[in-house]
Amino acid sequence: MTQAFRIENEGLINRDKKLSFKFNGKTYFGYEGDTLASALLANGVHLVGRSFKYHRPRGFFGAGVDEPYAVVQLYRNGETEPNIKATEQELFEGLEAKSVNCWPSVNFDIGAINNFLKIFLPAGFYYKTFMWPKSFWYRIYEPFIRKAAGLGVASTKHDKERYEHKYEYCDLLIAGSGPSGLAGAYAAAKNGAKVILAEDKPRFGGSLLTSDVNIGNQSGKDWAEGIIAELKTMPNVVVKNRSQIFGYYDHNMLVMSEKVSDHLPSTKKYHPNKRLWYIRAKEVLISSGSIERPIVFGNNDTPGVMLSSAAKEYLKVYGVLVGRKPLVFTNNDSGYETAIEFKKHGVDPVVLDSRKNPESEIIDEAKNLGINIKNSYVVVAAQGYKKVKSADIASISEDKKQLGKIENIKCDCICVSGFWTPTIHLASQSGNKTKFKEEIDAFVPGQSKQNEITLGAANGVFSLEETLKTSFTAGSKLSKNITENNNEIAIPNVVEKKSSQHDKFWCVPLPKGKNYKRFLDFQNDVAVSDVEIALREGYRSIEHVKRYTTLGMATDQGKTSNLNGLQLVSEIENKIVPAVGHTTFRPPYTPISIGAIVGREVGKNSKPTRKSPMHSWHEKNNAIFVDAGVWLRPRYYKRGNENLFEGSKREAKNVRTNVGVCDVTTLGKIDIKGPDAAELLNRVYTNAWLKLPVGKARYGVMLREDGIVMDDGTTTRISENHYHMTTTTAQAANVLSHLEYYLQIVWPELNVNVVSTTEQWAGAAIAGPKSRDLLQKLFPNSDVSNEGLPFMGYMEGDLFGVKARIFRISFSGELAYEVNVESDYGNFMWEKIMEVGKEFNIQPYGTEALSTLRIEMGHVAGSELDGRTIPYDNALEGLVSKKKDFIGKRSLQRSAFTAEDRQRVVGVVPLDKKTSIPEGSHLVKDDKAALPNPKLGHISASCWSVEYDNPFSLAILKDGKNMIGQKLFAMSPLKNKVIPVEIVSSHYVDPKGERVRS
Amino acid sequence: MLYINCPHCGMRSQNEFSYGGDASVKRPKLNKEVSDQEWDNFVYNRKSLRGKHLELWQHISGCRQWIKVERDTATHEIFRTFKADEEVA
Ligand SMILES: [Zn+2]
Repeated sequence: MTQAFRIENEGLINRDKKLSFKFNGKTYFGYEGDTLASALLANGVHLVGRSFKYHRPRGFFGAGVDEPYAVVQLYRNGETEPNIKATEQELFEGLEAKSVNCWPSVNFDIGAINNFLKIFLPAGFYYKTFMWPKSFWYRIYEPFIRKAAGLGVASTKHDKERYEHKYEYCDLLIAGSGPSGLAGAYAAAKNGAKVILAEDKPRFGGSLLTSDVNIGNQSGKDWAEGIIAELKTMPNVVVKNRSQIFGYYDHNMLVMSEKVSDHLPSTKKYHPNKRLWYIRAKEVLISSGSIERPIVFGNNDTPGVMLSSAAKEYLKVYGVLVGRKPLVFTNNDSGYETAIEFKKHGVDPVVLDSRKNPESEIIDEAKNLGINIKNSYVVVAAQGYKKVKSADIASISEDKKQLGKIENIKCDCICVSGFWTPTIHLASQSGNKTKFKEEIDAFVPGQSKQNEITLGAANGVFSLEETLKTSFTAGSKLSKNITENNNEIAIPNVVEKKSSQHDKFWCVPLPKGKNYKRFLDFQNDVAVSDVEIALREGYRSIEHVKRYTTLGMATDQGKTSNLNGLQLVSEIENKIVPAVGHTTFRPPYTPISIGAIVGREVGKNSKPTRKSPMHSWHEKNNAIFVDAGVWLRPRYYKRGNENLFEGSKREAKNVRTNVGVCDVTTLGKIDIKGPDAAELLNRVYTNAWLKLPVGKARYGVMLREDGIVMDDGTTTRISENHYHMTTTTAQAANVLSHLEYYLQIVWPELNVNVVSTTEQWAGAAIAGPKSRDLLQKLFPNSDVSNEGLPFMGYMEGDLFGVKARIFRISFSGELAYEVNVESDYGNFMWEKIMEVGKEFNIQPYGTEALSTLRIEMGHVAGSELDGRTIPYDNALEGLVSKKKDFIGKRSLQRSAFTAEDRQRVVGVVPLDKKTSIPEGSHLVKDDKAALPNPKLGHISASCWSVEYDNPFSLAILKDGKNMIGQKLFAMSPLKNKVIPVEIVSSHYVDPKGERVRS
Repeated sequence: MLYINCPHCGMRSQNEFSYGGDASVKRPKLNKEVSDQEWDNFVYNRKSLRGKHLELWQHISGCRQWIKVERDTATHEIFRTFKADEEVA
């Protein structure tokens, strides 16, 4: 197939490299350097999609990031991505794309019946129509909206691509590589500043690529190429194309998305797809240029109507004619530049200028070329459905209220220019309060808020000479302040054509008896009439009008529509535009793929994985692991075909009858040293600590200042001024911060140091009636008898040549010990325990058995210490000192905490002794009561008691103290279960705690 | 992302720090009789200031020191930072 609209000898594409691609299943050809949009236009394809609301045919409106229409579904290397702008997607061999938002096809779209039946969906339609009845939502409204809406489909597959994050620092960050960005970068680089120059397009140069100007006796394009080539050789400069700075955050932190691989058929090995840069810049130069704005007229959304600057870019950069019979509709001189380019390539345009008698060098050139110019003329409406076929045009009165006689003129495209809108998004995101500039009818940045300066067209300056002058000067000055170098740069001579004042005209009135749709927002199908309705219905704030009509809320964020919307509101409201104000600009400037934002933090990389030194032993011995915070812990050690229930029951039973060993390395450990260490503990824990002797451990509970239990654990006095604190696995980091806070901020007079030693010690809990016999064999030279090492005792021992700490503490309720060695010896210790323990029938046990053992003993843990309970609730009030003060004590006097019927931990047994109670079940008095059934408490933890061989749970129950013996119901709507239960003591096994002391 | 000058380490990004609330809150002395109102004010009641605010941050992924930061809650401008024991004039 020939590229019928491609012309010879023009454009920056590589004609030596022909590429094939598919659009909606049909094969086309383009060239390297094309975008999908330019390649389709070269093939005469103008119909690319259907509009969001009315399913009207959609073509191309722009040539870059501002594109509201040409959003496609892209297929690349076996993956698919929605929301891709055809005007930004570079062509590669084998590219495939499809239209979105049309069914069954872009040429015949059923949704477009909405359009013909005139069921136009006016502003607020969704709010008004889909309100009631509620039952209609799922059956009728939602399917309808879902079918009608949507701009593509996200892939549900795992994304094979890799995305990277990068942190960077620089002296000067420059957003945009047009004349302003190049000049600023060059001057700063010459002063030795560290410069990052970012360009969102593949090619550097911005407007210089398409404008007919001369800088230092070179064409603008050649000058830009020279500057870029020199910048690339400088070691203090990073030059990045395909890189969009999309967010300006606090303290001069900007974020940039670099498309590393999107222009290639597949991502190169070891390359990311995209790279997100977090850049902390000392100074920011915003040279983001400007976007042409449309003039609003009837059917201005017809394919073939596009921005005049886009038509020029397709011609100058891609060698593509967007039409052979162009009509240019303008209110300023830019339209003439496009007309001149057409004319130079043998195409005869007609120019309609809303101005009566404009004069300038550019217009003179157009006249000299013999271009047909009609002054005081406007396009009233485009005609044609899937493509512009002609235009209704008319003369217009000087006050722009009266249209002359309607004439019809044949054309195949309408290039429209309503002057220029500075791209002020980044400046506005930085906190800069923008101001309205009357001369250009647009907002420009005001007083700088952060270290940012906006120059060139982005600052409303459209003269190249002035732009270059201010940008060279700014680049020199900003860098001089940082590097203290001052290399003078000669500002090159500029030749450009002077232009005349634009016409303050933006919307063509409707002719009598016609009701053309005149669109403001092309992506969200918001027409002039919608804004009129919103204002008629009483919406005044521009933020409310925006939300009611959805003006500017599409993925293009209203880059081509916001200002015209403001003009309309100001006209109807009879307010000046600055009084109406613009809506807030928020990052991202343009859609950024979720993958880039997430970066490498996916799957197993979303958090660190911590493993104990014994991890590989667990692996070799069929451990089934469970995530415990960031740790991987054995849940049980699978034997044969055992499931979790069978395996954990076997392990727990073996602890109760023989001896088991559990990896407790994950417990938080904090080393506490200093003469005031005991005083610190005494203030942090609820119980007394001043008299704990050396060589003894004590269980302690710590509160937050609000009286809620924060954590529990044992702390051991290793020597006079040295303590070893353990915390729960989950709270380890918080407890350390908590201690540091009190030592540094509240009681700096305490002479204590704390440091985390969690990773320095490997821990093994040895539990069961035979644990002492085993311990004696492990430490033959130590006296570990009940007298030598009593309950809550501590000693150091020699484990086959390795120094070990031995604590006689128990979580399982059995006679138990905890042995710690330095982490590097963890595996050695574990293997010795298993080897020596063989004769005592030792078995390793995992977290599931650990839970079972503690639950049936009534030991509270994380599921009871859940950030909502006080010591009393956990039956720990015996550990609360009445004599001394401690963190959170005063809060325990609160009336709710001292209430007679305060909640308290209890045991729960199902009446049938068979049905396990799901954790989280609610306890209620009456299972038949009307909803919401009053909740008396909840099941915090459940297990299968190995002691009694029936289910047992712990619960936090209102007035738990007086509920023992009561019969209630445990209800779990989630599991659809109602279980009659009896409330019993939480200490189900060994209530007197005799075993641990045996 | 804020850029915070840790008085011990220098300029560091916010993601190295954790926020610790109003730095002007003083914990009542231990063993002192305090009224319900006084205690509630210490534990719960905080002003949600717009403007200059002296607050605590901990350089949790750095030197682990708690520091004081004088920050504008509306603009996020940071005026000064102090060591924990430094007097704020
Ligand atoms: Zn620090």
